[in-house]
Amino acid sequence: MSVRSTITSQFQQVAVEQERTLSALSDELKLVQSGLDSLSFAIIVARLEDSLGIDPFNASDAVEFPVTFGDFVKLYENFAK
Amino acid sequence: MRNEGRSLWVSLRAAGLPAPRLKTAQRDIDLGDLAGASCLAGALENLRGRSVLIAVQDQLTAALALIELDGIARRMILCTPDLPVEHYPGLIATAGADACVRDAGTPAAATTGIPIVIEAAPALAKAAVACAGGIATEWILLTSGTTGAPKLVLHTLESLTSALVGTSPPPRPLIWSTFYDIRRYGGLQIFLRALHAGSLVLSAAKEPMVEFLGRVAAAGVTHISGTPSHWRQALMSGAAGQISPYYVRLSGEIADQAVLDGLRASFPQAIVAHAFASTEAGVAFEVRDGQAGFPESLVGAPGGRVDMRVPEDTLWIRSPGAAQRYLGEGMEAIRQPDGFVDTGDRVELRAGRYYFAGRRGGVINVGGQKVHPEEVEAVINTHPWVRMSLVKARRNAITGAIVTADIVLADEVPGQGSRPSAPALTQELTRRCRAALAPFKVPAMIRIVPFLEVSAAGKLVRPGA
Repeated sequence: MSVRSTITSQFQQVAVEQERTLSALSDELKLVQSGLDSLSFAIIVARLEDSLGIDPFNASDAVEFPVTFGDFVKLYENFAK
Repeated sequence: MRNEGRSLWVSLRAAGLPAPRLKTAQRDIDLGDLAGASCLAGALENLRGRSVLIAVQDQLTAALALIELDGIARRMILCTPDLPVEHYPGLIATAGADACVRDAGTPAAATTGIPIVIEAAPALAKAAVACAGGIATEWILLTSGTTGAPKLVLHTLESLTSALVGTSPPPRPLIWSTFYDIRRYGGLQIFLRALHAGSLVLSAAKEPMVEFLGRVAAAGVTHISGTPSHWRQALMSGAAGQISPYYVRLSGEIADQAVLDGLRASFPQAIVAHAFASTEAGVAFEVRDGQAGFPESLVGAPGGRVDMRVPEDTLWIRSPGAAQRYLGEGMEAIRQPDGFVDTGDRVELRAGRYYFAGRRGGVINVGGQKVHPEEVEAVINTHPWVRMSLVKARRNAITGAIVTADIVLADEVPGQGSRPSAPALTQELTRRCRAALAPFKVPAMIRIVPFLEVSAAGKLVRPGA
């Protein structure tokens, strides 16, 4: 499964678990408008660390905090390279 | 606030500066107007010498009530707005509350049985108010306890404002804001600083981050404070660029390098400071060099306002900002006989700098909110197939930490038939936790393990305990 599809499925799964209505995921979607709260993002980041083996937020290099869903995916894709 | 034994209101008047303003999305209140007005429906004198539960939901009303009641009430109990209604009776009994201030949002059952009930509003109405203090009011703050019921921490205005003693008001008024609610220690510190010199833009519960930052920008906020989790949310909102503070403060959680670097990049003109404080120990120190952790030289340095030491890798603090004690029978002391407070925060020394390494005893800090593992384990352990469980922190870049659980299952349980599958069990446990606990306390991951380590004393071995 690609990084993008792994991320997409985690967003969907965590939204269901946290009983949140997820907006349609597009690269332009602002994360604050995704319907998820910070606890949901925290769970997504932890699950992605387990499934992809990476946590770009915890890297030694400075991280630019993602604002859109596209930024979020790019952060993981770049880090996975 | 250089209170010198004076009440909040008297010090505010004595400062001789333009009166501070309190701003919310709906209101903008000039505190100078408190001279002939009240938010307490003219009932302030009825509360003289009483132990007053401040049970209002609205934050602005709480702020006004605190200013009016300091020096008048014997005790003010600062209820947090999310306090579950079932905890009120215990709180009222322990604090000896014989009066309360409530508003339309206070749950009806919360204040039953209290003889004097005042309905307050987030607005000032003309009233003949003496506002003469005379009483050294006790400030009771709530902090989380192992059973889910809050612990009651006794402060005075003097201990709460000790970090401000000897500081002179700045040349021009500061405009403060905080993501915190002012009834939590971190927010209360900012409220008192704003009254010392400046104004305060209050946040609102459930207000979207982008709207709050819009108000902060419109008010020209110069000084702003929140937890690292608040700041990560702000950085991810895309709206952080709207604001241009001179001073950005982080407290209440471990500030990691990523969030410090993120803030530095977003606010190149600002001082980015991370502070260490706790409800019990008070404000200890502030670090402004943009690096995570704090310099080793702060520990054991003589002559400061605050003494620090690190016995057994845990931070201890002695400060005039420390709380006096917990209310209630059988509570442990907050201060040791020598005045030091054990913060329970573990630190590691690496290359001349101490770094925070989580809490001793396993207390988990999720976005600034404490989770006691025992409370979560108690819920998990009610499941017939669970033999034992260990709830612990997992480090997290968004909320600092999240809650996870390791569980040991029974091989068979009489009368329960055959064991359900692992996914079915973990789903069932998650449902149980969700029904009984606040969302941030529900384990984000549940792992089934063959055994958990138990010490010679028969206790679960907790990480870092």
